Amino acid sequence: MKTFKGRPVVPGTVEATALVSHNGFNTLASFQNALQFGDKTAKCGDQNNTDIYEKPMVGTALCLPQTIGSTTGGMVLYCAKAMDRAPACMLFSEHIDSLAAAGAVLAAVWTDTPMPTVDCLGDDFLNAVKTGDKIKVYEDGTVEIL
Amino acid sequence: MNYKMELTPEQKAILDGKQGETMAKVMKTLVMYGEAFGATKMVPVTSEMGHLVTSFGLKVMTPVYDLMEQLIEAGVKSKQKFSVDPKPLDPKVPSDFLKNVVFKKFMYSKQNSYDEQLRKLGLVSDDAYTCTCYMNEVGNIPKKGDVLSWAESSAVVYANSVLGARCNRNSGIIELMGSIVGYVPYFGLVTDEGRKATWIVEVKTTKKPEAQVLGSAIGMKVMEDVPYVKNLTNWIGTELDDDAKAYLKDFGAATASNGAVGLYHIEGLTPEAVEMGEGIIAEGAKTYVIDDAELERVKASYPVMWKDKNATPKLCFIGCPHLSHAQLNEWTDNVVEGLKKSGRTKVAIPTVFTAAPAVVEDFKKTEYAAKLEATGVVLSYICPLMYMNNPLAKKMPVITNSNKLRTYTTSRYYTSEEILDIITKGVK
Repeated sequence: MKTFKGRPVVPGTVEATALVSHNGFNTLASFQNALQFGDKTAKCGDQNNTDIYEKPMVGTALCLPQTIGSTTGGMVLYCAKAMDRAPACMLFSEHIDSLAAAGAVLAAVWTDTPMPTVDCLGDDFLNAVKTGDKIKVYEDGTVEIL
Repeated sequence: MNYKMELTPEQKAILDGKQGETMAKVMKTLVMYGEAFGATKMVPVTSEMGHLVTSFGLKVMTPVYDLMEQLIEAGVKSKQKFSVDPKPLDPKVPSDFLKNVVFKKFMYSKQNSYDEQLRKLGLVSDDAYTCTCYMNEVGNIPKKGDVLSWAESSAVVYANSVLGARCNRNSGIIELMGSIVGYVPYFGLVTDEGRKATWIVEVKTTKKPEAQVLGSAIGMKVMEDVPYVKNLTNWIGTELDDDAKAYLKDFGAATASNGAVGLYHIEGLTPEAVEMGEGIIAEGAKTYVIDDAELERVKASYPVMWKDKNATPKLCFIGCPHLSHAQLNEWTDNVVEGLKKSGRTKVAIPTVFTAAPAVVEDFKKTEYAAKLEATGVVLSYICPLMYMNNPLAKKMPVITNSNKLRTYTTSRYYTSEEILDIITKGVK
């Protein structure tokens, strides 16, 4: 087991399976198909993201450096959460970006089920975690790769 | 809620629900958002108008419309009027029966009701739908130093860099909430420290760099950092005239979409670079040298997303971000000249130029309008990006000179010169 300590942006406890994007996660490109065409598994639609393209995102521990792309990003993340198409948690190796922060905060304030979000986990975290790993997240921002 | 930032009594009262539960949730959202970035306080929004990114009544975005309805029902309104991004539909843009059915009956079936929500919340006028709200014809032009609550990456980077306003790269909904309470959290590009350049970009090309490729290269390299670009004035001059502004509009949109740039400084040209010179460069800034070979490398790296890579283009979009009036004139002259040279009367590929509704109206009053119409080019206020965001349009071989459109859709990028050749001569 490996343990990493990050900063809880939206605190929460959750266990989920890791889905790892080593490059910037384009929120709009990743979710637009899932939201528009009723894909309940929310397969990643971003053809430029070879790490996770066409992999289901719903219920995963999405591990990423930051999000990139359109400023609709936070709103898209909020919609994904409100429509039960979102990851179980988002784990950022870097400081969270403004679009992802908006999405995480909107989900926390305007939906009944916040999405635990931890940032500043460091490059070592993103190097260590592999898609398919079991992940446990704690309120204080501790993340375990089981 | 627990928070560290210092709130004024008025802000605290809103957070405590003195203006109702909905306003308290709006303030809580902004405080939590600011706390994520270590904001120490909330500062007043000082611009005359806001700008929203969400212009589309996409059926599946139900949670957004529900949230808007909560705001409206609670009697919450934006403290400032706002413009909004371009509409996703325009009957003038080439389409077919199937697309029309999919667009109107399914995808954008919420457009009319969402437009109505925007009116209730503070939309400044029914033709304020554009990503270039800062055009003179549109009139949402912040002053230097104004604090904004805007979204739309290309508009934010333009307002910060060319106009010297202060705005973070906000997400949709967050920008509306800032306009509603009249405050934004103080962090990032709103602060002096956050506006310092952490990259020095040395332009060493032998010709004027294509704005969209230069912006793309810088965006991909610096991501969300602030670049200070040297030597570009050798190519675009030291005056912020119409040509320079149009160049920076397209350059900035590429930096923001190919990376996540919210502010750039151009040595000897943009307001803060002129005012502070190299004093605006942070200690330890990294350097990126761009020459002809680097631009070629970046351009060659763009993937072609067409199934048949040799397909004949079926549509061409020019104007993402929306074209300025001067750009419309220049494109009209170029297309007319190109057609004359190739012995054609109409463009070889269905082509759409896009601009703000107010710019389109002004353009229509000039002699250029008839000249452009004669070439077969369609002039529209549509958002090409929204047009492309569906499975039917995705399968179409669409070409564009916009690096933003290339990034978010399956459209294929060509330089403006290459595009002109293709649409006036046809594909050999």
